[in-house]
Amino acid sequence: MISPYIIFFLTFVAFPVLFSLVLLFHRWNIISPMEFVGIDNFTRLIQDRLFFRSLLNTIIFLVIHIPLQIVVALFLAEMLNQKIRLRGFFRASYFLPVVVSGVVVTILWQQLYGFDTGLLNRMLVKLSLSKVGWLISPKWAMPSIALMATWKNVGLYIVLFLVGLQTVPPQYYEAADLEGANHWQKFRHITLPAINPTIFMVVILSTIGGFGLFIEPYVMTGGGPLNSTLSTILYIYKQGFFYYHMGYAATLGIVFALIILSVIVIQRKFIERE
Amino acid sequence: MRGNKNGSIMKKVILYSVLIVGAVIFMYPFIWMVSATLAPENEIGKLVLLPSKILIKSYQQVFAKIPITRAFLNSMFVTLSITAGVLVFSSMVGYALSRLQFHGRNLIFYIIIFTMTLPFQITLIPQYILMVEFGWVDTYLALIIPYLMNAFAIILFRQHFMSIPQDLIDAARIDGCSEFQILFRILWPNSIPALITVGIITFMTSWNEVLWPLIVIREEKLMTMPQLVALFVVGGRAESQLGVKLAAATLLALPIVIAYAFFQRYFIQSMASTGLKE
Repeated sequence: MISPYIIFFLTFVAFPVLFSLVLLFHRWNIISPMEFVGIDNFTRLIQDRLFFRSLLNTIIFLVIHIPLQIVVALFLAEMLNQKIRLRGFFRASYFLPVVVSGVVVTILWQQLYGFDTGLLNRMLVKLSLSKVGWLISPKWAMPSIALMATWKNVGLYIVLFLVGLQTVPPQYYEAADLEGANHWQKFRHITLPAINPTIFMVVILSTIGGFGLFIEPYVMTGGGPLNSTLSTILYIYKQGFFYYHMGYAATLGIVFALIILSVIVIQRKFIERE
Repeated sequence: MRGNKNGSIMKKVILYSVLIVGAVIFMYPFIWMVSATLAPENEIGKLVLLPSKILIKSYQQVFAKIPITRAFLNSMFVTLSITAGVLVFSSMVGYALSRLQFHGRNLIFYIIIFTMTLPFQITLIPQYILMVEFGWVDTYLALIIPYLMNAFAIILFRQHFMSIPQDLIDAARIDGCSEFQILFRILWPNSIPALITVGIITFMTSWNEVLWPLIVIREEKLMTMPQLVALFVVGGRAESQLGVKLAAATLLALPIVIAYAFFQRYFIQSMASTGLKE
């Protein structure tokens, strides 16, 4: 019963992890023999501006995406948690982008974000506002991708918050009503403490997801303009599968994974203290 | 009293307006996408939804330019194989971990938990090298085999099987059932919700997976549907014709949207339960 797992684990988890440790110290393009290079990969990484740029880009993405996602998801979940008709319909419609492939969503939003013909700029022009260079301005490109990713994923987090909200006993709100508490007070003192674990989970899940950012910049911008949307995974992909720098790409992968793990540990500590 | 009633009507109006605006924001782009694929090229990008005439030219061009039918069949084959494999193998491991006594059981359990926290970024490059060494690049094996086990599915099955009464299993053993018979004849029929959850999540994630196929498949006739469509749009073969790009995207969305239309409740419940696991 367990033996398939052991074989699987050794082949697809243990071996790759150990082998990536070997790759750390080698240069290898897969075709010619592996060449031992000591710590060259690390010295190269420390001087690699593009790697740090990609980290910064990924962090910019997370800093916009996560708070936006939590606020929107919580707001819509609150709305859905009222006594309403058609709750199932609304919930299903907010959830639709979650199930659709990221490739579909990026192709679609590439059109919505188009500078001259895009739907969003046409709307802005109709409202007599000036056009935005959604994907063509280095300043806007990453925020635009973060906005799109929020649109795509928020449905999942709405559902998670909805589950969290439904654990709050209605008597708490009734008691608060008797005391004359307003909306904000009820939200601050009853809802928020009750859904704290959900917020924590949403932060962790979207951090992990955000660090995997790949297909959106791959399809929409190729990492441009001026590397402003080059995510770390896209950079590793390019190093590995465009230039066949396997040793260096593996090094980037390990360092990036360590950064991810430490970010998650810090988040966990921070939230536990709250 | 009257003021209060007006107030609550106002509240309802605002509430429903917000909810409807939300639904429009999430659904309108998809509706626009479909209508754009049916419109003449010069009408795309207008805000209106009904094109002056309905054309299927965009779709004809997609079918003419890329082997999308083949890609659909590839994706179906790969996704169904992975889903079946995950259900069988993960439930086996889940069963062993929950009901069988053997040396190192706890160790295996902790290893599985550990692999859940291991970022995929570490194993991406070495796994590709493994595929090269196995000679699996440009084969279905590379797409299927590395996905046949899934830590999340194992944990979910383990938890579910622990809730099934031991008496049921003991009775089956006395009747002379083998462990496999116990798993597939006794436990499976009593675990439909867990099977649905794992099945839907596995189906969805493998259908939508695109990074791994981009790495291990270079030959066009073996490409999965999201991969082929992504490369079609990125590679410039769509010749910046919006309608054709969007038609390819629509075809890619169609299977999962149809599945979602039928099993919407299960999709949402399954996805929500992945979050609750953490």
